[in-house]
Amino acid sequence: MDPHAYLARHIVDLPKSGIREFFDIVSTRTGVVSLAIGEPDFDSPWHIREAAAKSLDKGCTHYTGNAGLIELRTAIADYVHTNFGGTYDPATEILITVGASEGLDIALRAILNPGDEVLYHEPCFVSYGPEIAMAHGVPVPVETRVEDNFRLSIEALEAKVTPRTKALMLNFPNNPTGAVLERADVEAIAAFAIRHNLIVISDEIYAEMTWGGKKHVSFASIPELRDRLILHHGYSKSWAMTGFRMAYVCAPKWMMDTILKIHQYAIMCAPTTSQYAALEAMRHPAEDMKPMLQAYEQRRNFLRAAFTEAGIPMHTPAGAFYAFPQIAKFGLTSREFAVRLLDAENVAVVPGTAFGACGEGFVRCSYATGLEQLKEAVTRIARFVKTL
Amino acid sequence: MVESLLDILRSNAKESPENMARLLGVDVTEVENAIARLEDEGIIRGWQAIINEDLVPHDSVTAVIEVRVTPERDGGFNRIAEEVSRFEETEAVYLMSGAYDLLLFVSGKTLLSVARFVSEKLSTIRGIVSTATHFRLKTYKQNNVLMAKPQDDKRLVVSP
Ligand SMILES: Cc1ncc(COP(=O)(O)O)c(C=O)c1O
Repeated sequence: MDPHAYLARHIVDLPKSGIREFFDIVSTRTGVVSLAIGEPDFDSPWHIREAAAKSLDKGCTHYTGNAGLIELRTAIADYVHTNFGGTYDPATEILITVGASEGLDIALRAILNPGDEVLYHEPCFVSYGPEIAMAHGVPVPVETRVEDNFRLSIEALEAKVTPRTKALMLNFPNNPTGAVLERADVEAIAAFAIRHNLIVISDEIYAEMTWGGKKHVSFASIPELRDRLILHHGYSKSWAMTGFRMAYVCAPKWMMDTILKIHQYAIMCAPTTSQYAALEAMRHPAEDMKPMLQAYEQRRNFLRAAFTEAGIPMHTPAGAFYAFPQIAKFGLTSREFAVRLLDAENVAVVPGTAFGACGEGFVRCSYATGLEQLKEAVTRIARFVKTL
Repeated sequence: MVESLLDILRSNAKESPENMARLLGVDVTEVENAIARLEDEGIIRGWQAIINEDLVPHDSVTAVIEVRVTPERDGGFNRIAEEVSRFEETEAVYLMSGAYDLLLFVSGKTLLSVARFVSEKLSTIRGIVSTATHFRLKTYKQNNVLMAKPQDDKRLVVSP
């Protein structure tokens, strides 16, 4: 049967995921050293896993309230207040979701009417464009450039905003570029959103991961933005809890009521076991993260030095666990570079184009990878680029 | 920097100075100087491998011995602790709080040789009141390293 005739056209027409395509190529091979993995190499801290198991022992195997355990939401309100600078009412303004993936989806579905435009930056997390389209919105990519250290400029935003623009969606510290915003950037972007009456969807899932003494500046720290901000954060990255599928959304009550409706009808509640794990994760966050953050920062330093020595230009990533070296000078497209590197040296990196057309000329190297693997990978990459 | 350097060495003493410099974002000479200084100051006391003795095909037993001591008027536990440390059988000697005073890690070829060390050398030292010897059966973790082989990476090879 013809999918176009029978299935939802706006879904059938979505582009194939560049990550998916590359996964299919890589998974035919064995012994690959992979810098293509967008999740921590650490297992979740032991006490968190234990708390999850204990909750099962105690019979906590039932639904929770739609928004999630109130103890967890209360702990989140504290955490967000301390670390992001925003104040949210745990009873009405915080929602526990199945990963930030769900949070982003339901936030978009809650705010978009068909044809509403959403500005988002590229390169970006692979789901942004498709998620906007799935919510019947019109994705409007805004380029960020290596010359600006991949920070989002007001000029670029102004060039793309129209009367139909409903929202701005962004992610800093950024996957895949490792870019972070300075306070001045955050203030200017907030002012832009207010000037054009936009909702801001800020995906701050890598908030704790900033390097070289940089501090994350959250959009939640701008009081004037509060009424139009939907903040996303979660446990996948900083606590190494991807498999638990735990995240949360903070939004003012006037928006949360509608966001919660979708979650309530589509999901009921986030998995109870995972919620108990997240509650435990709130007990000693700094201690849990410290060894992982220290390892990531050292690996970032290592990659920066190793790429420089290999003659591969790269902006200095200041956050998240991704490096985004520029391979354009070797005369190959991102995809050709990634495929040939895989063929020649069995090292997997992700073509920059998987994260948007302007990712051409770059590849993403994740350093959520053990140091020994990382060393082996850069040795092979250095050897490979000599042959180009 | 020194603290991070020590952390790196704790997890891999064989890390090259070049790699340590890359990891820390400093010059190689800075790393080399820091290590030389740490050795000079006696903070780094040696360089050894972490060996899973259970897999080495040789005869060896290790015991942990709790020792109670009568402290001396001048010097407290030091004289006895130092005397005990001089025996080549002792791998480690610690002064402890709690029900006993010194904790010894002792190794020998056989149970008998360790027993002989306790009865003939250790117990005869003036000031040692009592000893309790426990033999090690199996090592699960040592120097922060699990003795079991690491498991495979359970992650997808490519993910967003
Ligand atoms: C920017 C960004 N947002 C969201 C997600 C999804 O995270 P979660 O595991 O919470 O669904 C990822 C995961 O890679 C990400 O990089």
